[in-house]
Amino acid sequence: MTAESIQQAPDRDAERPVMPVPTEADETAAAVETPFRRFVSEFLESRLAMGAVFTLGAIILASILAPWITPQNPYDLAQVDILDGRLPPGSEAFSDYTMWLGSDGAGRDLYSAILFGLRISLVVGVSSALIAIAVGMSVGLLAAYVGGRVESIVMRIVDLQLSFPAALVALMLVALLGKGIDKIILALVVAQWAYYARTVRGSALVERSKEYVEAASSLGLSHARIMFRHILPNCLAPLIVVGTIQTAHAIALEATLSFLGVGLPQTEPSLGVLIANGFEYMLSGKYWISIFPGIALLITIVSINLVGDQLRDVLNPRLKR
Amino acid sequence: MNPVVEAMEVTSNQPENRILPTLEVEHLKTHFLTRAGAVKAVDDVSFYVNPGEILGLAGESGSGKSITGFSILGLIDPPGKVVSGAIRFKGEDLVTAPPERLRDLRGNRIAMIFQDPMMTLNPVLRIDTQMIEAVQAHRRMDRKSARQLAYDALEMVGIPAPAERLNAYPHQLSGGMRQRVAIAIAFLNEPDLIIADEPTTALDVTIQAQILHEAQALCKRTGTAMIWITHDLAVVAGLADRIAVMYAGRIVETGLTDDVIDRPLHPYSVGLLGSVPSANKRGERLQQIPGMTPNMIGLPPGCAFKARCPRGDDVCDLAPEVSELLPGRQIRCHHPHLEEVSA
Amino acid sequence: MIRRLLQSAIVILAMSAIVFFGVNVVGDPVHMLINPEADQEDIEATIRALGLDRPISEQYWFFLKGIWSGDFGKSFIFGQPALQLILQRMPATMELAFAALFLAIFIGIPLGLYAGLKPESKASRGIMAVSILGFSLPTFWVGLVMIIVFAVELGWLPSTGRGDTATFLGMTSSFFTLDGLAHLCLPAFNLALLKISLVIRLTRAGTREAVHQDYIKFARAKGLSDRRIIGVHLLKNILIPVVTVLGLEFGSLIAFSVVTETIFAWPGMGKLLIESILVLDRPVIVAYLMIIVALFVVINLVVDIVYSLLDPRVRLRDQGA
Repeated sequence: MTAESIQQAPDRDAERPVMPVPTEADETAAAVETPFRRFVSEFLESRLAMGAVFTLGAIILASILAPWITPQNPYDLAQVDILDGRLPPGSEAFSDYTMWLGSDGAGRDLYSAILFGLRISLVVGVSSALIAIAVGMSVGLLAAYVGGRVESIVMRIVDLQLSFPAALVALMLVALLGKGIDKIILALVVAQWAYYARTVRGSALVERSKEYVEAASSLGLSHARIMFRHILPNCLAPLIVVGTIQTAHAIALEATLSFLGVGLPQTEPSLGVLIANGFEYMLSGKYWISIFPGIALLITIVSINLVGDQLRDVLNPRLKR
Repeated sequence: MNPVVEAMEVTSNQPENRILPTLEVEHLKTHFLTRAGAVKAVDDVSFYVNPGEILGLAGESGSGKSITGFSILGLIDPPGKVVSGAIRFKGEDLVTAPPERLRDLRGNRIAMIFQDPMMTLNPVLRIDTQMIEAVQAHRRMDRKSARQLAYDALEMVGIPAPAERLNAYPHQLSGGMRQRVAIAIAFLNEPDLIIADEPTTALDVTIQAQILHEAQALCKRTGTAMIWITHDLAVVAGLADRIAVMYAGRIVETGLTDDVIDRPLHPYSVGLLGSVPSANKRGERLQQIPGMTPNMIGLPPGCAFKARCPRGDDVCDLAPEVSELLPGRQIRCHHPHLEEVSA
Repeated sequence: MIRRLLQSAIVILAMSAIVFFGVNVVGDPVHMLINPEADQEDIEATIRALGLDRPISEQYWFFLKGIWSGDFGKSFIFGQPALQLILQRMPATMELAFAALFLAIFIGIPLGLYAGLKPESKASRGIMAVSILGFSLPTFWVGLVMIIVFAVELGWLPSTGRGDTATFLGMTSSFFTLDGLAHLCLPAFNLALLKISLVIRLTRAGTREAVHQDYIKFARAKGLSDRRIIGVHLLKNILIPVVTVLGLEFGSLIAFSVVTETIFAWPGMGKLLIESILVLDRPVIVAYLMIIVALFVVINLVVDIVYSLLDPRVRLRDQGA
């Protein structure tokens, strides 16, 4: 760390030169470039984010098309043969197709199992995130709009919950509720909503004091309308960023819970369940059973995180260049 | 006027008796390469400061005066860069000096006082820590002696109960006191030159007057040269021995304070002095310089002041060079108010 | 100060209510608290003994009394008092958590500092990429990979269990033996990875912001050496938010140890919890939850105090108030 390292920080004095006088050319140029277009072009500035978006798209597409692009439906017991079990990647299965990623303990083709598992992981993760967003958003908006004691009580609860890590909250709920896909989703929702509530409430507070809210209410619009049609759209930016990253967390959380054995049951095998199943074979060297689902999980989560990161950089008004 | 300076002005007219100025800046250019274009914050600036002398560097916000100060100390960060010119400190060129040498000089032989003392003092460190480190960075001294030095310095700038102040944190002091601390820090290592960048702008008028008075007394006593950067002519009128007026990155007029204030030559200086409220009669509209400060990106070639100048004409499309009308009296203009100087 | 203690007490009380009602109302208390294997007579006797036939408010009161005296009931599986079981395992978990915290601080802060001071350098970008990975990768997956790479393939480090312990200054810990350290290595790293990423990102953000500040420029104008500027001026300012977050994250370290302990068969509280959930050993679950809650509250309190100690502006304001 030399003198240059400190001097790399751009000199604030560069900003001291005075505001330019707007010219006609500037104004017409601004009109053509809509916020959305600028958003898209700024977003695509990062090749990494572009790659992530494509990867994500491919993953989602693959999981939707799973029944059609896999050689085997791993949950149709008629198609699964235990003699196919524990075969390393690239082996030939009994029914004459290649198991590119090998097979698991029960003879399921891993490639098929992964795609089907992706479906479940994505569905659980995304739906729990969406529900949590709906709940958290409403609560946050309400709190910011109504204000007063209601707001402080609600925010106390939110803060209380936020002082515990989401994983712990989910764990607690699962301990109390038991297994099952609906219970898992519930646990995930409860673990996440507070984060959204706080984010939305923060933005809504800022918006609430702006003039257009006064204007709307003086026009006699109902509270609900003001909240949802006027304030909410302006709070969307941070919500989108948080939502994206939290979805990745939700997926990871579900995988963790399933891995520990307290998440989804064997009948709804998400990627986490697959990894858990493969754990016992790890020490004997058959690690493809755990690793491949793990890699699929990884790629999904990392892509979502990268997209979320880039969204944050682009949508953050303070980093405007 | 400072009799020391007066004597020196006389002797400096004879080349053989020329004393070595503490600082000599020659054709300094500091440019910033931004996305929107090159900002020539400092564009061909030349001046000098003699030992014990106070030079007032006056100009509006954005005229480049602070950048000049930072350039001298080598504190210009990318995208800025000292593009050309020489900065000679007691004969030694600072532009080509290695970073280690600059660090040696900073806070030691050349000190700087910033504008906002709240932001320049680290809020989580105590006052004595921040003063002691300034001493220990440049000489071997144990903590106790350094602390004593700090104590004496605080006394010197007129801070009551220095011992308490040393143990305090910056936010516990008032704005005026913080700035006095900054001044004390500047004087700690007995520098040869102090660059003060608008140190009183953020303070009350009464405190301002006090600090100006103290700074002036200190300089006389210690023989330290000072460059006082300000946008307020009233401040330098009573303080500085000589004044240099800056506009859009260039120095447009230089001279002894009395000369510049009483008989300004450059239309900009005339406008500045005319717009001082006390110079106007009551009931009359305040005089203003028409127009706005120029956008530093894409300055037109030629005189930067032309657009706002009542005397501007086609000749001014060619950038005026510096001309020395009288010894020490310089002007950069095609149409200076020469009628004022005839006496 | 008093206010904070009071708040903490309220939180603990609230959590106890939630846990209690969660167990007794959401689920069937009979099946929850009584060993399902017992026969009918025993069940009825136990019901009377546990007071399950009393009104619920009375039951809650008993519950609270029980907590006060440390009685959470007996584990179904082990037959020992639940609290005792957990306390036995706590040192192991604490060891793991502290080791992870240690790693997070001594690896995360320097890396984050470097990334903040030279944000454009290749090394910085590398560090940030790794931190994104560390952030996105589910802990359990990293653990799996670590086991494969370090234990199975390379055979450098043991992958399960806790090593030998030794006593030093009255504390028994595996820090003090070489074997103990070897066993501690992989799990600690696994647990720490998430935190290291967090610390790196925090430190980097803090550094980038602080470097622009005027006091750094002033420090340079004073001619201070770079080492001093970074090590004292910069660091002290950054440390405040970092330490606060770390303190809060310590709680989540303990929670996440659940995963790490399961993978590496580390005999701590977390592993106990998972096992208990799987076999429905409710008293242990309840005890664990309450202890975690209490721990969190205490940690929050401590962090508050430490924060006011570190930031003189807050400390003096508190003292004045």
